[in-house]
Amino acid sequence: MGHAMASGSHDPVTGRQTTGHEWNGIEELDSPVPRVVLFFLAVTAVFAVGYWILMPAWPTGLSYTKGLLGIDQRQLVTRQVEDAAAARSALTNRIATEDFVSLAADDQVMTYVRDSGRTLFADACSACHGAGGKGGPGFPDLKGGSSLWGSDAATIAETIRVGINSAHPDTRVSQMLAFGRDGILERDAVLAASAYVRSLSGQKLTNVEQGRVETGRTVFAESCASCHGAAGKGQPDLGAPDLTDTRWIYGGDAQSVHASIYSGRQGQMPAWEGRLTPAEIKLLALYVGTLGGERP
Amino acid sequence: MVAGLTVSERQLALLVLGLLASGGLAMAAAGRGDPLGAHGFIVLIISVALAFLVLSRYHDPEPSQERLSEYYDDPTRVGIVLAMIWAVIGMFFGVWVSALLAWPELTFVDQAWASFGRIRPVHTSGVIFGFGGNALIATSFHVLQRTTRARLPDQFSPWFVLIGYNLFCIVAASGYLMGVTQSKEYAEPEWYADFWLVIVWVVYFAIYIRTLMRRKEPHIYVANWYYMAFILVVAVLHIVNNLALPISAGSAKSYTIWPGVQDAMVQWWYGHNAVAFFLTAGFLGMMYYYLPKRAERPIFSYRLSIISFWGITFMYMWAGSHHLHYTALPQWVQTLGMTFSVMLLVPSWASAGNALATLNGAWHKVRDDATLRFMMVAAVFYGLSTFEGSFMAIRAVNSLSHYTDWTVAHVHAGALGWVAMITFGSFYALVPWMWKQERMYSPKLVEVHFWLALSGTIIYVFAMWNAGIIQGLMWRTYNDSGTLAYSFIESMVAMHPYYIARTVGGLFFLAGAVVGFYNIIMTIRMARRGAAAPDSASDVPAVAVQPGE
Repeated sequence: MGHAMASGSHDPVTGRQTTGHEWNGIEELDSPVPRVVLFFLAVTAVFAVGYWILMPAWPTGLSYTKGLLGIDQRQLVTRQVEDAAAARSALTNRIATEDFVSLAADDQVMTYVRDSGRTLFADACSACHGAGGKGGPGFPDLKGGSSLWGSDAATIAETIRVGINSAHPDTRVSQMLAFGRDGILERDAVLAASAYVRSLSGQKLTNVEQGRVETGRTVFAESCASCHGAAGKGQPDLGAPDLTDTRWIYGGDAQSVHASIYSGRQGQMPAWEGRLTPAEIKLLALYVGTLGGERP
Repeated sequence: MVAGLTVSERQLALLVLGLLASGGLAMAAAGRGDPLGAHGFIVLIISVALAFLVLSRYHDPEPSQERLSEYYDDPTRVGIVLAMIWAVIGMFFGVWVSALLAWPELTFVDQAWASFGRIRPVHTSGVIFGFGGNALIATSFHVLQRTTRARLPDQFSPWFVLIGYNLFCIVAASGYLMGVTQSKEYAEPEWYADFWLVIVWVVYFAIYIRTLMRRKEPHIYVANWYYMAFILVVAVLHIVNNLALPISAGSAKSYTIWPGVQDAMVQWWYGHNAVAFFLTAGFLGMMYYYLPKRAERPIFSYRLSIISFWGITFMYMWAGSHHLHYTALPQWVQTLGMTFSVMLLVPSWASAGNALATLNGAWHKVRDDATLRFMMVAAVFYGLSTFEGSFMAIRAVNSLSHYTDWTVAHVHAGALGWVAMITFGSFYALVPWMWKQERMYSPKLVEVHFWLALSGTIIYVFAMWNAGIIQGLMWRTYNDSGTLAYSFIESMVAMHPYYIARTVGGLFFLAGAVVGFYNIIMTIRMARRGAAAPDSASDVPAVAVQPGE
């Protein structure tokens, strides 16, 4: 650079020399590197070297320098996970081993269930059953009332474990036939059954529907009662819903009820065994019980 | 365009376009029923159209020898316009894809091509490669000639680079919409597009070397160090990260040769150095020319330039593994990535400081001139985002920031605040020179663009900072029972207002780009209507006749 500096010119603003290079009007000052830059270069380099000495840092062929602190992130995270599990184990062990009745009666357990179940439910169940378990079209409301398969905690835990119409070998299986589409019932019979079903829950029927109710009663007795019961109160053993209440999975209006009878229904719930631990499944079953409604 | 080519260059153009068309035809034939075939047709149509363009002017008289006493700026002019077109497209897709996060049903047509996963890479590639890449190519040709006082070595290869590069961008973007992707961030285009880009890039590098070899200045200016580093290193990164085997010659699909965590490491070595050498080194080259030129001030310190350049190029190479903290990547690799990232802060700030100190003696111009202010703000955001980057590379910080919108805030502080701002500033300086005008069509609109861009960036970055830190905290907060206190969906709900704010910020930025595009087009129209400013006597190359002619 020496020769270039010699030909540099003076910059009046900064009082410095230029390097003497010029490119299409652009010049460069010959300012020294500010000390602060050198200082922080040194500071960061010292930090880096110190970190390398203390922590795993440089490869040495088949291994690497382990660092003086002997910290290994995999051992660390394994230990942290174990510690966290141990901290929770007092309660999780009880949930895994005790029966639902004694668990539900224990305030400490139920506080834990409400705390931990909330996020577990939101991450695992809310995608279908909605925030807080209020359900949605095609997905049952879990907040109380009639359940398809029974609403005591043990039954709920079993439903969570094996799922409904799932790939699990022990899955709960339930299928409502496509009475109209598959030609099991004539068009008029489907319409009549639809009107009768709507009458069971005390809904306001149109005059046309009123005229079909009596025929519908017969159709219901012949084709529907075997699953839904003679009074239409449903059968938890078969996963057949109560038709006399006002709670609907697929809707209780004339069009929805007709669609259910015409095309059938085969709702699915995935099996959670293997994805959740047995304790987590029991915890969720207890948590669903806290969502509200008339549960034991 | 074509009239400026010599007859032998026109013949070469036809030959290359003929080869390209045959390549397109072969792709179309081999890839029937596959997206590869659709891309074959795109290549075929574009190359045939360009061949007709060349043929229509084939018998025009040869350009006069006098052209050799002027710099060859046609590719730069076209590159500027292409960059602005890509800016508007890429930023429009950015606003759309950000709106999708706030209102997921905004796919309008409920079509696969309009889904988040497909239009997001159209945004990222559109702005990085379409806008940024064209801006780099256009300005590098301009800066290279001025700082070497040598004309580009020939008139065909710059067009090959510019048009070939845009063909790559078109194939990339159309591929995303068809679902063609390698699933590597910022390296989504499939094997055939990657292969084509290598050819384009080698020619680009050759232009640089050939021009530098004929330079009439004893020294190579700093801007060219950075442009060269950009071209050379991007070539290396691109080739190594895209080593892949297609499942057949007739399929767009390929599989990378890198297995498992090595693939992740190569990808983020690529990804972070794409930030370093594409989005930093290249644009530092831009800054090193247009900022001192516009400020009419000498560079603050040549020595600082040297330290910064070698610090940045050496240390960035190690930093990529900070993208993989707390993963299956061995901890020692994470350590190296983190420590080099921390050291990298010093040369980065030295560059930003060198730029800002260059403005000493010209701060009144920064106040009055939105063009220079664009560049000043760019240097400030460069400093901000490099500090943030080094900070986020620290493992403990990263455990909070990783996978959150904080990363998105960081990227956009760099992309909007630094890359786009330095480009807009440079374009507003360059466009009047290129079209021989005293000034832009409307200096007022430059001012409007500046404030739209700045406010858009600030809204965007603050929204994502908030969102990211809230997310990071929600994902790691435990309740008294030792369980995570928040579900994932709750963190999504908490993001909603910030996602809307981000879309507003993005809209501001897009609006600014549209204003800038309009201003540039109107400046070009102003030039077309006559009223050329007198040519600057100094704006000509020192070489009267190029070798080989």
